[in-house]
Amino acid sequence: MSWEQALLIGVLAGTGTYLVMHRTLTRIILGLGLLGNAINLLILTSGDGPGVAPIIGQDGDFTDPVPQALVLTAIVIGFGVTSFLLAMAYRAWTIDGTDEVEDDIADRRIAESEASPQSDRSEADAIPDRGDPS
Amino acid sequence: MSALLPLTIVVPLFGAALSLLAINSRTLQRSISVVCAAVTTAISVAILIGVDRNGTEVAAIGDWPAEIAVNLVADRFAALMLTISSTMLLAVLLYALGQATDDERSRWYHPAYLVLIAGVSGAFLAGDLFNLFVWFEVLLIASYVLLTLEGNDGQIRAGTTYVVLNVIESFVLVTGVALIFAATGTLNMAVLPERLAELPDGIRLGLNLLLLIAFGLKAAVFPLFSWLPDSYPAAPSPVSAVFAGLLTKVGVYAIIRTQTLLFPDTNRELLLVIAGLTMVIGVLGAIAQSDMKRILSFHIISQIGYMIMGVALGGVAAISATIFYMLHHIPVKTSLFLVEGIIERETGSSTLERVSGLARRSGPLAVLFLIPAFSLAGLPPFSGFLGKTAVVTEGLDQRSWWIVAAAIVVSLLTLVSMLKIWSGAFWGAPETAPAGSDHGGILRNHPLMATVTTAVVTATLLIAVFAGPLYRFCERAAIDVTDAASYPSAVLP
Repeated sequence: MSWEQALLIGVLAGTGTYLVMHRTLTRIILGLGLLGNAINLLILTSGDGPGVAPIIGQDGDFTDPVPQALVLTAIVIGFGVTSFLLAMAYRAWTIDGTDEVEDDIADRRIAESEASPQSDRSEADAIPDRGDPS
Repeated sequence: MSALLPLTIVVPLFGAALSLLAINSRTLQRSISVVCAAVTTAISVAILIGVDRNGTEVAAIGDWPAEIAVNLVADRFAALMLTISSTMLLAVLLYALGQATDDERSRWYHPAYLVLIAGVSGAFLAGDLFNLFVWFEVLLIASYVLLTLEGNDGQIRAGTTYVVLNVIESFVLVTGVALIFAATGTLNMAVLPERLAELPDGIRLGLNLLLLIAFGLKAAVFPLFSWLPDSYPAAPSPVSAVFAGLLTKVGVYAIIRTQTLLFPDTNRELLLVIAGLTMVIGVLGAIAQSDMKRILSFHIISQIGYMIMGVALGGVAAISATIFYMLHHIPVKTSLFLVEGIIERETGSSTLERVSGLARRSGPLAVLFLIPAFSLAGLPPFSGFLGKTAVVTEGLDQRSWWIVAAAIVVSLLTLVSMLKIWSGAFWGAPETAPAGSDHGGILRNHPLMATVTTAVVTATLLIAVFAGPLYRFCERAAIDVTDAASYPSAVLP
């Protein structure tokens, strides 16, 4: 692995992780894209011999072709998952105009009971488990 | 014989393609699904019988030499898991046809369900780490579609957590796979044990932890479980029955496979602590809930703890106990979700406050709930008692007192939370009794759902009745799994 590769993987993984920490789904998707590419490059580095062709039998060094095949598969899977996530972000946006990831039901109940300790439980339980189909 | 192995993947995938072509005819889609699921089940039973008689079957795809081919491998453990999972997938498919919710009527339900079957089969049979990752992705993507099929607010919210966490899990897994390839130059699970043994201890531990984190997230062990009770209840009952019964167990299967085959002599103390915490936290979560689906979802987590406990204890006896536990857990958990589905279909709610008096309205439904509930809690004479006794006995033999104590206490707490469902939903006066729904009326209203649920519950009883021969089979499977030399010698010529 050359230091340029290591640096690139590090920067991609770092920025990707930063973006994944956000609440907005579009940013998470961008973050996952960067993170995925960092890992694809990591697979590539396991093939040895940067800058050489993956062809057995040519003169001199050659790179292991297996990691390249693995990366290809990983890229295709990443493409599929990203498009699914984008569709989901769009769906979230059509439902309530934002693609922010909400707290889950239990968290919202706790937040609500802390905000008003006197209110009885049934009120907090009134938060619907499922939204209306739209 | 080994030609049967790829068929368990090819048949459902081909069915999914056909189902997409038949997108405009619901009847055609339903028949394709049922036929493909039934054929897959039949093939996996044939594989199971063949493997038990002749030993491990290997299919080297593309006729490459076994060391470099992407193999499909069925030993007794894989064949058993394949059979039980394809049977459950077939049962839940029939149940979904009977339920006929909006999801099942969607044009995309059947193709996604068939892809899920293919993914589960592939994950059990994969003999190559990268191939395992690919089949994990196949079943995950199918599960994303099934979870968010209605596309309403709740499903999108639950789906976001589920998808994003599983994508990150895949990243961890791929990183592990890439580093293992960099360290050893192979991903073939028959060649890896020998090459991994040559690595320094520190590197081996790092690689092992990466795989454990990835599969642990899939199996929902402590502290990586929080996505599960949040996402499974959002799915309609037949879908969450499949997720609950199978998907986490694919993660457990991968943990058992990698721990016994690739990293056989690691220190399992950490895993034992994780197992204990998974049990306790899961069951405490279940007690705190007031929605049936969420209670049952937390139970999945606590039950995973028992399986991880068996893996952590190690050795033939503990692994055979774990395999038996998985064999019992899959139908029991599935049937509980199926019963819950009937209740939700009949009353329109899964919240305990809004459902009551079901025992008076339908005695048979109450029995269908009680049998798997007692079994899950581990009361004799049900299958769960045998599974738990086997795991706990092994814990006593290995003098791990605190984990045994935890296992027994958790078992009692499971019973407590099951009684919570019982007293909430079944006991008391019927809230609304529509005309014509007298004794047994609920089951008569939904004949197909009731038949399938009864069949699955009967299967759990049969597991208890035939526990002797089944347990001996699990022991044979565990001997295959724990003997480090058996897998490589079966795959490599």
